Amino acid sequence: MAPEEICKLLKDRLGNAIEDAVLEGGHPYARVAADRWPEVALFLRDDPRLGFNVLRCISTLDLLSDDKLACVYDLYHVPTDRPAELRTQTRLFAVRVTTDRNNSVIPSVAHVWPAADWHEREAFDLMGITFPGHPDLRRILCADDWVGHPLRKDYEFPLEYHGIPATTEFELTNPRH
Amino acid sequence: MNPIAETILESAPDLMLDLDRSVQGDLQTEEMLVNMGPQHPSTHGVLRVVLRTDGEMVLEAIPHIGYLHRCAEKIGENLQPYQYIPYTDRMDYLAGMNNNQAYSVAVERLCGIQVPPRGQAIRVIFAELNRIASHLVSLGTYGLDMGAFTPFLYCFREREMILDLFEAACGARLTYSYLTIGGAHDDLPEGWIDRCREFLDYFEPKIEDYNNLLSFNHIFVKRTSNVGIISLNDAIAWGLTGTCLRASGLRWDLRKVLPYDGYEKYDFDVPIARPGGTAEIPNGVVVGDCWSRYFLRVLEMTQSVRIIRQALDQLPAGDFRAAKCTSLKLPANEVYVEVESARGQLGFLVVGDGSAIPYRVKARGPSFCNLSILTHVCKNVLLADVPAIIGSIDVVMGEVDR
Repeated sequence: MAPEEICKLLKDRLGNAIEDAVLEGGHPYARVAADRWPEVALFLRDDPRLGFNVLRCISTLDLLSDDKLACVYDLYHVPTDRPAELRTQTRLFAVRVTTDRNNSVIPSVAHVWPAADWHEREAFDLMGITFPGHPDLRRILCADDWVGHPLRKDYEFPLEYHGIPATTEFELTNPRH
Repeated sequence: MNPIAETILESAPDLMLDLDRSVQGDLQTEEMLVNMGPQHPSTHGVLRVVLRTDGEMVLEAIPHIGYLHRCAEKIGENLQPYQYIPYTDRMDYLAGMNNNQAYSVAVERLCGIQVPPRGQAIRVIFAELNRIASHLVSLGTYGLDMGAFTPFLYCFREREMILDLFEAACGARLTYSYLTIGGAHDDLPEGWIDRCREFLDYFEPKIEDYNNLLSFNHIFVKRTSNVGIISLNDAIAWGLTGTCLRASGLRWDLRKVLPYDGYEKYDFDVPIARPGGTAEIPNGVVVGDCWSRYFLRVLEMTQSVRIIRQALDQLPAGDFRAAKCTSLKLPANEVYVEVESARGQLGFLVVGDGSAIPYRVKARGPSFCNLSILTHVCKNVLLADVPAIIGSIDVVMGEVDR
């Protein structure tokens, strides 16, 4: 099923939960309203025509110029009937959910795809998005007492952590993003 | 009852009563928290698992990761793609070639670069050689976890030869940066193809040795079969990929489903786990257990040898790299690409903004996703089974933490 058909199916069924779709480019995706995302996620997983049972990845984006943060959910379908049969194709889809930069909240989908558990913790840790409904939302990669969210574009590199001086190459490399 | 205990009880008949009371009353068996790691030989790197134990039973295992976190994704947002290639090596440091390949494929898709056929074939050869090398480490160290020291030495002996082949091609033995945007960094050196063929001829019969030494070793089978069973539904729900997914019985390989770098041209099988009791699989093995995950890596090495032989036979002449792959301008677009790495599906999301430096690089480490199921699997298992389960998932912490 092509991404266009998937988007049409979603729009027919869920109406204004689907804000719009970006179908050109290397990574077609549908934009979903944050507050209705778990409902859309359940439909994407359970509808027999879609059956997106695997969450491959949750990527976060800092859209600084729009004052937004976004999560990109990459999905595909894995057929589970006749598992011993060799598969040579699948259907892919992606969903983008945006939220405000200052009050970044996206409902958790860890109950839909347990794989989301750690991905959402990573997004919380590195990008500072909170996921209401997540079973155990805490930092995963950075230390528990770390300040700030490193993947935000306006993140300020700490020059000291518990008395450990940070890199002196900061001035030289001058990260631009 | 043994004679010594009998003698003691004869001299002090109240003792039995005391023992009874102490177990029920004074000596309460309490739950205990045990820290496994971060410096523990069987956690395969700096992984800390907090175990809530009741005697020998583990009630809950909570992994704590991040000890190797370097925020590699942030580094990717500050470097041009060809400059970032050496950083991808450091993620999964046992399969550097596969990581180079994954990021390269993503950037090529973003920029519309066509890799010449010879470059693609070189990539396939090195990716498969690295898969064998990575699986050899996995087999050897898994044997170590289970108390078998010898197979480790044999596995590393063969891995050393693969590293020699890599060194001949690119000068590095661990972090290669050899496969790069547009193809490979250099062409194959003179005589390399014959050396590689010699190695394959030497290596293929050795797989039988590993089976005799480790795979079908009675103690090893007892330690790993019917332990840490992951059902297919759980494997899919937790987003497991690679051998961990195929060990749960699904014939799914990205090289077949979404081929990249010309994998569709090669003829190879995708082995999956089968239940025990047949001539090839020992009794007691269940689909989705630790032994299945281990044994699939052995089977995959044979398939990798098949692919490399075909690639060497059909190696096309011509360019090994597309022209002008440094100082690329990345279009304002995005791609998400996954490749089948040694540990599972390694993904890169690359977002361009028209400049030479990506706006966002996101790496999806297969070990990260595979490890996330650990809490679910390590419920009510024996303490001694926890290293068996962690080892069978085959994590590389450099990739989990990035």
